[in-house]
Amino acid sequence: MDIHEYQAKEILASYGVKIAEGGLAYSPEDAVQRSREIGGSIWVVKAQIHSGARGKAGGIKICTSHEQVEAAAEELLGKRLVTHQTGPAGKVCLRLYVEAGTDIDRELYFCLLVDRSAERIVMVGSAQGGMEIEELAETNPDAIKKIYIEPAVGLQDFQARKMAFALGLEPTQLSHAVKIIKGSYRAMRDLDANMVEINPLVVTKTGKLVALDAKMSFDDNALFRRQKISELRDKSQEDKREMAAADRGLSYVGLDGDIGCMINGAGLAMATMDMIKLAGGEPANFLDVGGGASAERTEKAFRMVLQDENVKAMLVNIFAGINRCDWIAEGVVEAVKKLDMKVPLIVRLSGTNVEQGRKIIADSGLPIITADTLAEAAEKAVQARNEVVANQA
Amino acid sequence: MAIFINKETRIIVQGFTGKIGSFHAQDMIKYGSNVVGGITPGKGGQKHLDRSVFNTVKEAVEKVGAEASIIFVPPAFAADSIMEAAEAGIKYCVAITDGIPTQDMMAVKNYLRRFPKENRMVLTGPNCAGTISPGKSMLGIMPGHIYIPGNVGIVGRSGTLGYEAADQMKNLGIGVSTSVGIGGDPINGSSHRDIMEEFEKDDETKVVLMIGEIGGPQEVEAGHFAKEHMSKPVVAYIAGLTAPKGRRMGHAGAIISSSGESAAEKVAMLKELGVTIAPTPSAMGETVASVLAKL
Repeated sequence: MDIHEYQAKEILASYGVKIAEGGLAYSPEDAVQRSREIGGSIWVVKAQIHSGARGKAGGIKICTSHEQVEAAAEELLGKRLVTHQTGPAGKVCLRLYVEAGTDIDRELYFCLLVDRSAERIVMVGSAQGGMEIEELAETNPDAIKKIYIEPAVGLQDFQARKMAFALGLEPTQLSHAVKIIKGSYRAMRDLDANMVEINPLVVTKTGKLVALDAKMSFDDNALFRRQKISELRDKSQEDKREMAAADRGLSYVGLDGDIGCMINGAGLAMATMDMIKLAGGEPANFLDVGGGASAERTEKAFRMVLQDENVKAMLVNIFAGINRCDWIAEGVVEAVKKLDMKVPLIVRLSGTNVEQGRKIIADSGLPIITADTLAEAAEKAVQARNEVVANQA
Repeated sequence: MAIFINKETRIIVQGFTGKIGSFHAQDMIKYGSNVVGGITPGKGGQKHLDRSVFNTVKEAVEKVGAEASIIFVPPAFAADSIMEAAEAGIKYCVAITDGIPTQDMMAVKNYLRRFPKENRMVLTGPNCAGTISPGKSMLGIMPGHIYIPGNVGIVGRSGTLGYEAADQMKNLGIGVSTSVGIGGDPINGSSHRDIMEEFEKDDETKVVLMIGEIGGPQEVEAGHFAKEHMSKPVVAYIAGLTAPKGRRMGHAGAIISSSGESAAEKVAMLKELGVTIAPTPSAMGETVASVLAKL
């Protein structure tokens, strides 16, 4: 689960990370109120969306008067910002963070994340901040310092000092850097975060260290024990279909193609989508209906897939392990009858009681196209989709 | 031979008396697995499915000689159950539970490393379908009847995609020595590579089929191991050709977050390492058959 910059900054500040003075705004009036409270003569108005690279998308405005703050807020609120992380649909900005301007001397990169290979938290830093770490990893990998953290004892001061030196900090900044690094680590560990990124971490003209931007994301599997973090969820930043699916216990990811999919198991779902692609089609979605695949879940899954108006054919691929093909076939037949399907449906069943399952589909009298193998199912789905497109033309 | 489990392996079920634990324990017993008891703290001394219930894993090891364990404990308590099994002297543990926090798994892995290698419990999973040595023993939730005994070792992240592979192989008359599910989580008990190492040592296994997916470095690490240390041919299929970057595809670990983690990149690297690639998920069986035919 991702949270906003201002939320991440509030959390990190409570762990001793220095941030610039700022406040949240939901309207241009709020924004001006904030800039007046903050005082000074330079402010930054920042769109709060769940994405990096907001600056390039025009989501960050530097203002030198309250009028400019108001104008920036008016422009940004309600706007859809498109970055390379949001996809073409972009994300809508409904909150702003107004922050005091910072006199920047140097920009650094600092991040903590779970390293899947080492099975540990790794601390990553670079004296060249501001740019994205992937970019830096490609252009100048030697400029990146990585330090692995032993889970049982946690991050030690000497490791934080090593990082501070790698970031090119002065001896006078050392104790402050150690405080920021250790605070970030404690936030990560205490709150079950997957990632804490401060990019840039800046050295101000007066030699202070300030987290200018901050990003945190959390382990969904641990939210059950992090009630306060769960409350930070901002549903306006999430895909509505994916959220609706999650509320129904289904795992759904919307894609750009037009062949809808309902499959049991994440691996088989990805494999079926691959097969569609190899047969010349494009999947409209990933949907794992789960192990149970009861009639009720099947119907919900059908509704999820069919509410995507791009869908021109639908492919169901179920490998019945613990459940049985005859139960699944009954669920599919019921769902089709109930939903008055307008697009061709291709069903491939295999596993336990496959013969009975196929018989139920055949005897239903419904225009369901059946397939025996994965390859055949994908080919038939692409063919059916092509016929629909040809008829529409 | 097979790996990890055999006809005689004495199995206990952690989370034995719960609904899911009971259901799958019954299924394993029906398959012929040597289930000798189960654990439900506070219910020790009772009988369940004609077998003894114990309060602790240690008791089960002492009283019925438990060697292997399967975990159906809910996510919040699963890491604790795994560590209890390791401490009690269980040799092999399968964690079925889906949804264990990543930091809990980091703690589990760290705990396991404290034991000297010869006493260290092997963990597979979590978030997996388990392990089966067809015709001998099933320690998992898979439909046992789709596997026939044979010489192909299977290691995979996904449950149903593994069933698909076993089914394709069965239709071609190809059997399985052992099939191991390593699970879909970002941090898991054993990696593809760890399981390859076991298959390389196993007399019964002639070919290994690795079923991987997007996300993480494990498939390519296994490819390097295969190239440098294995005498047996390896076939692989990597799922997720159509998966967009940065989106989680069902499994907690199935997400492309850095370079080298997409299906296309993994396939290219594995090919270079001499692994035979099944070009489509529908061709996993055929590809294994063609490799077997060359032996």
